Amino acid sequence: MTQVATGSVRFDGVVKKYGDVTALKKLDLDIEPGKLVTLLGPSGCGKTTTLRLIAGLEMATAGQIHIGGEDVTHLTATYRKVSMVFQSYALFPHMTVQENVAYGLTVKSTPKAEAADKANEGLELVGLAGYGDRLPSELSGGQQQRVAVARAIVLEPEVLLLDEPLSNLDAKLRRHVREEIRQIQQRLGLTAVYVTHDQEEAMAVSDDIIVMNNAEIAQKGTPADLYEAPSSAFIADFIGDANLADCDVKSVSDGMAMVAMNGQTYSVPTRNSLSGAAQLVLRPHSLGLAPPDTPGVKGTVSYAAYLGKEMQYTVDTEIGPLFVISPVQAKPFRQGDAVCVKIDPTQARLVAS
Amino acid sequence: MKNTVLIWLAIGLAGFAFLPWHMTDDGLFDPVWINDGNASTGLFSALSGQWWLAPAGLAPLMAIAVQLFVQAPVRRARITLAIAIAGLFLIALQGMIIVRAGPRILEWLFTGEAALAGQPGMGAGAGLCALALLFVATVSISQSGKGQGDAFVVSTIGLIVALVGIFVFFPVMHILVRAFEVDGGYSLTEFFPRFFSADIWGLGCLFGPRSCGVAINSLFLGVMTGAGTTLLGLSFALIFTRTDFRAKKLLRVLTVLPIITPPFVIGLALILLFGRAGTVTEFVADLFGWEKTRWVYGFWGVYFAQLLSFTPIAFLVLIGVVQGVSPSMEEASQTLDADRWQTFRYVSLPLMRPGLANAFLLGFIESLADFGNPLVLGSGYSVLSTEIFFSIVGAVADPAKAAILAIALLTLTLSAFMAQRIWLGKKSYATITGKADSGQNASLNPALRTLCYATALPWAALTLVVYSMIIFGSFVKLWGYDHSFTLAHFIRAFGFDLSSGRLTGVAWDSYFTTLTIASIAAPLTALVGLSTAYLLVRQKFIGKDAFEFSTMLSFAIPGTVIGVSYIMAFNFPPIELTGTSIILIIVFVFRNMPVGVRGGIAAMSQLDKSLDEASITLGANSFATVRRVILPLMGPAILAALTYSFVRAITSVSAVIFLVSAKHNMATSFIVGRVENGEFGLAIAYSAVLIVTMLAAILLLQLMVGTRRLRRADRVQQTA
Repeated sequence: MTQVATGSVRFDGVVKKYGDVTALKKLDLDIEPGKLVTLLGPSGCGKTTTLRLIAGLEMATAGQIHIGGEDVTHLTATYRKVSMVFQSYALFPHMTVQENVAYGLTVKSTPKAEAADKANEGLELVGLAGYGDRLPSELSGGQQQRVAVARAIVLEPEVLLLDEPLSNLDAKLRRHVREEIRQIQQRLGLTAVYVTHDQEEAMAVSDDIIVMNNAEIAQKGTPADLYEAPSSAFIADFIGDANLADCDVKSVSDGMAMVAMNGQTYSVPTRNSLSGAAQLVLRPHSLGLAPPDTPGVKGTVSYAAYLGKEMQYTVDTEIGPLFVISPVQAKPFRQGDAVCVKIDPTQARLVAS
Repeated sequence: MKNTVLIWLAIGLAGFAFLPWHMTDDGLFDPVWINDGNASTGLFSALSGQWWLAPAGLAPLMAIAVQLFVQAPVRRARITLAIAIAGLFLIALQGMIIVRAGPRILEWLFTGEAALAGQPGMGAGAGLCALALLFVATVSISQSGKGQGDAFVVSTIGLIVALVGIFVFFPVMHILVRAFEVDGGYSLTEFFPRFFSADIWGLGCLFGPRSCGVAINSLFLGVMTGAGTTLLGLSFALIFTRTDFRAKKLLRVLTVLPIITPPFVIGLALILLFGRAGTVTEFVADLFGWEKTRWVYGFWGVYFAQLLSFTPIAFLVLIGVVQGVSPSMEEASQTLDADRWQTFRYVSLPLMRPGLANAFLLGFIESLADFGNPLVLGSGYSVLSTEIFFSIVGAVADPAKAAILAIALLTLTLSAFMAQRIWLGKKSYATITGKADSGQNASLNPALRTLCYATALPWAALTLVVYSMIIFGSFVKLWGYDHSFTLAHFIRAFGFDLSSGRLTGVAWDSYFTTLTIASIAAPLTALVGLSTAYLLVRQKFIGKDAFEFSTMLSFAIPGTVIGVSYIMAFNFPPIELTGTSIILIIVFVFRNMPVGVRGGIAAMSQLDKSLDEASITLGANSFATVRRVILPLMGPAILAALTYSFVRAITSVSAVIFLVSAKHNMATSFIVGRVENGEFGLAIAYSAVLIVTMLAAILLLQLMVGTRRLRRADRVQQTA
């Protein structure tokens, strides 16, 4: 198993309604072959619905769905060349690991020996060679997860779908497995659609991230795009932590905006041409704390936590509470200390309010 | 997919051309039909004057042409669908119009000589042809246009809808029609005075010496039984789950025994105990010099028999409810400083309330539908179910009266059923989640425990006595008069002659018929019930609510009503089944189907839905998913459905007693006949044999459907 056939995914104005409830509002989507694209968003945003529409487990109320250039809008899941890794893994408990992996081939009447060979190949790919005769219940969570991946990829699908595949693993294993999934996807050149609500996981595995909110796409881009140039306060807050502060845009020229906030003026890089009331995105890492007599936004530390690698502070200031992360100093600030929050305007971003 | 349609069309055509279209007198496997002229193939009949059969052959022919010559797939499917539906419609229509006897519709339509002569009921050819056209229609629906679901699902839906329509709604319709019938026509104005007559709804017993109407009697008995079984069931359930009572296993057996007991056997045992010559009656009469009375042949006798018969059902419902109260809620209550009584009163009991209401309604419906006990004991207290029977088989047969009484009974049970669905459906406090809920249920406080023991244990003792009566009674010469040991009853019923190898007992015929029919009906019931459950839990389709309602409906239709409706509907063409064994099988399948559905729904809800979805995204269709994933994981549910329908087929009396014939007699109706002749010994002996047979069958089923699958199914939870 080296390179598998791989396809694009396109949604044209896809709408999904359950009775009166709209789960997806007129979604347009384009996923290039060979990319791993993550659907990210809070629960109920429509990301799982989108995934199930690609799988064919749900049927679109309106619009067209194309996979690999072919119109599959009315095809059911059985007839789409798409496989899915489920959140609960959904391994068949009455079949051995090998029978599970060979299942998709068996139901397509592949000769037994060939199906077994391919299944073993798939198990080898996920590092589980020799586990074929066990029952799923005899494997650990991480191993079950990998069986589920093997079962999905031996069918050489045009698109691999992963529905929160890591949510049942513990935190340490999660990082390890997501790296493996990413490596397999890149090695095989698979098109993959990955659903998660964990932004760090999304940043770590994706070529592109599609952030969804309220049944529609909020922003699409590479992880860096989303972090560096959030298009809205929602994105800024969802991708990495952010402090949002009200401000006033005076003028924009050459990608730099003159912004007034709390009586001070800052020069902030921007890709949007905004004017008037807006919001300044201040990343916790970009803020620093200094003694109260230095320039900056004045405030009082209301909460301080020592996390070993860093200090986390909440500071009550004139522009509202600010969340600040700073390296551990020799003498950290303590709760109740009067401080001054330093803002690095080159690290700040501007979004519409 | 195109091939599937062609295969079914070929089958339909074969049914039309090579099988006898009409019912044959000698059965399908007797080749006499080929040359006796009365029951020839559809093709032959259509060519020799019965031109109305032609559409049944033309429809498949036209559809085959369409399949072969129309290229566009969606268009092809739609035209085929239209042809199949038209074919089915014409087959049904000719069946209803041109009949040899019985009610007919639109009779002015055809007046030709051949048409007036009529035709017998539909036979194997008609059945196969209609079935094939039905599948052609459903497969075509799945092919005609967007997202219509796959052929297997649509066909299963179509088949079940058709079966429920023919074998539940069609007969019940006949009752409605009969109820409006007067001499030489139908009348709406006649119906209401007859329906609301004092014989049925009179309240005379409340105000004076006259007796109440039968419906009021039934209602009163139902409410009393519902309340009584719920209380007893709750006591048993509480003892079982909340105390450290030692003989729980024995208790469990006692509460399950009545389920495998034919319903009237309890009544029989009560007669042996409390009848005029009963043991207890004699004893008390001797001791106190009281006069022997016939109190057991009236309300109290029936009431006691029903309590004994139906308490297990309430127990089985309530034990689930009592266990469903999450221990953590009770523990929460206790950490908030409530004592055990307060916890029970303010937390556990309110959480059980919907379950209690459910148990009450079940007891109510069972009591109304009960036929065996009132038949044996109710000579002084008439209820609807027995009145219906007597107005069909009594000295003056009055089908119209039977129909009206059936409607009254149906109204009561359906109201209870609707109340259960509407009122309780939305109020489930079931606290069982997928999450493991550790902790322990609070034990009962002493006063409550004593109360439970005081009600339940005497009851258990009585049950024990009743069953020992059954065993004892089968071995004595003449109960109440001559208590010397004898095997005469068993020899009369099950005697055989070793030298000639002949079975000389009088019971053998009905015994074998019963076993045969129960073993055919049980797998069919499980199949229909579980496929319905699969559709309800796992598939989405238009009209699903109505579908669910109609499949559960037959649970609320009492056996007597089903029995009456079946003889009214299936005694005449187009479907002429009375006197056959098929009608017995059918009546069991559709009477017991709701239980299979419920069991299936419960089992399937515990299977993670993503297992099906995984199978489907891996390219399996619905049929492969059912066969390879769902069925193997449903072992216990299949076993339960099989056991239950087998047992019910053996023990039921109410519907069966209308439908048995000299050729196909069932054990229960044979026993009832012996009771009516006063042959108690024989009846009791036969009942004892039946109970032992069922116990053996249950054990055998356990072994067959097997432990292997049971063990594997347990692994479901660990992978989730």
